Amino acid sequence: MVSLSYILQRSIVQSAPLLLGSTGEILTEKAGNLNLGTAGTMYVGAISGVIGAFLYEQSIPDGGTLNPFIAVIIPILCCCVGSFVMGLIYSFLTITLRANQNVTGLALTTFGTGLANFFGTAIVKIVDSDVPAISFNKTSAIYKAYLPIADDLGWFGRIFLSHGFLLYVAIIIAVLAAFFLKRTSAGLNLRAIGENPATADAAGINVNRYKYVATCVGSVISGLGGLYYIMEIGSWSINAIGDLGWLAIALVIFALWKPNIGILGSIVFGGLYIADTFTSGLPADLVRMLPYLVTIVVLIITSTRRKKEHQPPAHLGLAYFREER
Amino acid sequence: MDKIHAIELKNITKRFGNVVANENVSLSVNKGEILSILGENGSGKTTLMNMIAGIYYPDEGSIYINGEEVHIRTPKDAFNYKIGMIHQHFKLVDVFTATENIVLGTKQKPSQAKKFIADLCATYGFVLDLDKKIYEMSVSEKQTVEIIKVLYRGANILILDEPTAVLTPQEIDKLFNVLRNMREKGKSIIIITHKLNEVMAISDRVAVLCKGKYVGSVLTAETNETRLTEMMVGEKISLNIHRSDPKNVSERLIVSNINCINREGVKVLDDVSFTANSGEILGIAGIAGSGQRELLESIAGLQKLNSGSIIYIDPNTGDKENLRDKTPMQIRNLGVRLSFVPEDRLGMGLVGNMDLVDNMMLRSYGKGGPFFVHREEPKKLAERIVSQLGVVTPDTATPVRRLSGGNVQKILVGREIAASPTVLMAAYPVRGLDINSSHLIYDLLNEQKEKGVAVIFVGEDLDVLIELCDRILVIGAGKVTGVVDGRNASKTEIGLLMTGEQASSSQTEGGNEA
Repeated sequence: MVSLSYILQRSIVQSAPLLLGSTGEILTEKAGNLNLGTAGTMYVGAISGVIGAFLYEQSIPDGGTLNPFIAVIIPILCCCVGSFVMGLIYSFLTITLRANQNVTGLALTTFGTGLANFFGTAIVKIVDSDVPAISFNKTSAIYKAYLPIADDLGWFGRIFLSHGFLLYVAIIIAVLAAFFLKRTSAGLNLRAIGENPATADAAGINVNRYKYVATCVGSVISGLGGLYYIMEIGSWSINAIGDLGWLAIALVIFALWKPNIGILGSIVFGGLYIADTFTSGLPADLVRMLPYLVTIVVLIITSTRRKKEHQPPAHLGLAYFREER
Repeated sequence: MDKIHAIELKNITKRFGNVVANENVSLSVNKGEILSILGENGSGKTTLMNMIAGIYYPDEGSIYINGEEVHIRTPKDAFNYKIGMIHQHFKLVDVFTATENIVLGTKQKPSQAKKFIADLCATYGFVLDLDKKIYEMSVSEKQTVEIIKVLYRGANILILDEPTAVLTPQEIDKLFNVLRNMREKGKSIIIITHKLNEVMAISDRVAVLCKGKYVGSVLTAETNETRLTEMMVGEKISLNIHRSDPKNVSERLIVSNINCINREGVKVLDDVSFTANSGEILGIAGIAGSGQRELLESIAGLQKLNSGSIIYIDPNTGDKENLRDKTPMQIRNLGVRLSFVPEDRLGMGLVGNMDLVDNMMLRSYGKGGPFFVHREEPKKLAERIVSQLGVVTPDTATPVRRLSGGNVQKILVGREIAASPTVLMAAYPVRGLDINSSHLIYDLLNEQKEKGVAVIFVGEDLDVLIELCDRILVIGAGKVTGVVDGRNASKTEIGLLMTGEQASSSQTEGGNEA
């Protein structure tokens, strides 16, 4: 039987990519952009980071050690650039060209997944590896490093301290995002755009600029989720990050578009995502459905209660054009 | 002039495509003055004000503020010139509190601004709970938020677009008191309205627009309601619309005491009664949004009524049926046809992305086998309409949305007429059409009338109504304010009925005069 602290620890490990993915998506959706390309963005974020890590590891002669700072910063920068570009493509298509958001998002998911797999396979071919995977154990080890003190603190250390730095970054980003949305005037403006862009426009807010910035920053945050997940595994193979992006979008609904609720929600989702590894006897595929089932239940509850604050941004998924009458 | 105007417009012209919304309009507002802008629907009042508020940019002409020429390209520019507009449709974020909405777009945080906003409320006499969410508010509270919002931004020139349309008489009094307070504090106020009694009550001066043109300004003290109506409706223009004398007139549709309350709790139809006769065109005149749409929809079975009855008298059997108990499909099968042309032309009648034949089929999909549709008949019908009405289209397989407005209208009316209706309702069927297309539609309606159909025509152009219709039912704010004879009615008379709060009830209602 697995211990509770082990389940919790694994859930928290699993929560970070979902939290990053959903925090990014919340920022995007608060600007009225339903970015279904998040799954693709996370793939691109992951593969960009992998390429960075791979190239840096290759540049070190055999037996040499990595500079921890550089080993951390290169994949992060690569990841940010990759996912930023994804956000930019989405923004340009949906904001400037006012393309349909759903179609654009789905296309970007297909595109991002394919692109990541393409580069992943290409690198596997280049290094002529025996297994169809790229491994970057050294970088991964640095990402997973935690303070040695955690091992001495029993269950507390294991649950709360035995994680790589990106997990804490994810929580900090979520807290900052919640604060930004709730307490700052820029956050107020952003929420107004998602609810009613014509009003925001009439109030003198630059709607398109906010939408661009929110979507691109959101994409970068989501992309970091992909990076975290792949660093946790330590190697890239085809479809390495699965349907994490879709789960992150489901988490947005579960968290009622609030990043702070997302922190707890991500742990629940993280636990449910890997629940099949704890539950023996139950069909694994059914157990893997749980996060989606929970999301549906939340949707049913929130739509029957009809509390205005718990609804998606009113203008979500719609393009805004000032002169339209 | 030696006095410097708070705002002055010189020779403003604005076109949308080839529609001229404003032509050569010049007007001015002084400091500490309330100016009413009066005009019928589509006379360009809102467009003109939107140019001051930075929503549109004028094609020609210039705007002066305090004597200096300015260019207002965005709403932000308008703020910088201390202009604030309160739109007819409130621009508020539903899930935000009053305070959050007020500070939106400024640098201040809601918590910091609260004190200042409370002071503003005290200065001008507003009563408002600043922490209340917008979706919990009444219409009048929302309007208050809008006004405080522009004052908070330091507006010296306030534009109110039909502010009283949604208010109760008590709320209107309160609003007017606030406006007078603002006038005393030196603010310039422009109020768009078509209610004459309010113009007389609140404004210092009145500027009148008619069909996009500036008619003139008068001091409120030196005018009266009749004179203003004359200015507003303009000179009678002869259109030479053919009108035959009604024959075989008999009652076809008796609407009695229908009431309808919409989702916002506003009474959109208030005890409406009238009779539509066969062989006659009944015109419906009124300011847009006075309940015309609901009236037609309730006859067609698309609108739920709170009370009243709509009796249909079958021309063949003389049976009476209450349309209220029937589904839209049953009503259509009785021969009541709605060729409804709402604000957006393709809205309810046609599907833009489908071709002509498919649009014909929308009315006949019930026919044919159990599984497959019949395309031959609709195709023939489409071809017949194209040739008879002179629809300009490459072929019947062209999506309707590619056709011009006039052609779309012809198809819609043509299809409804093809079903040989007994009641034909047309709402704004000539909106946006050129003269020739309009006349074709009038001829079609006349043809139906001569066939003994009861035609109901909702129009906005009084000249057309007077020349086309046998009787004209005038409604204002959901009430029937009068029924006039199309042959000897004057525009001023109808205009007064449309806009007057308390219409003269001397008119015969629902009579059978022919």
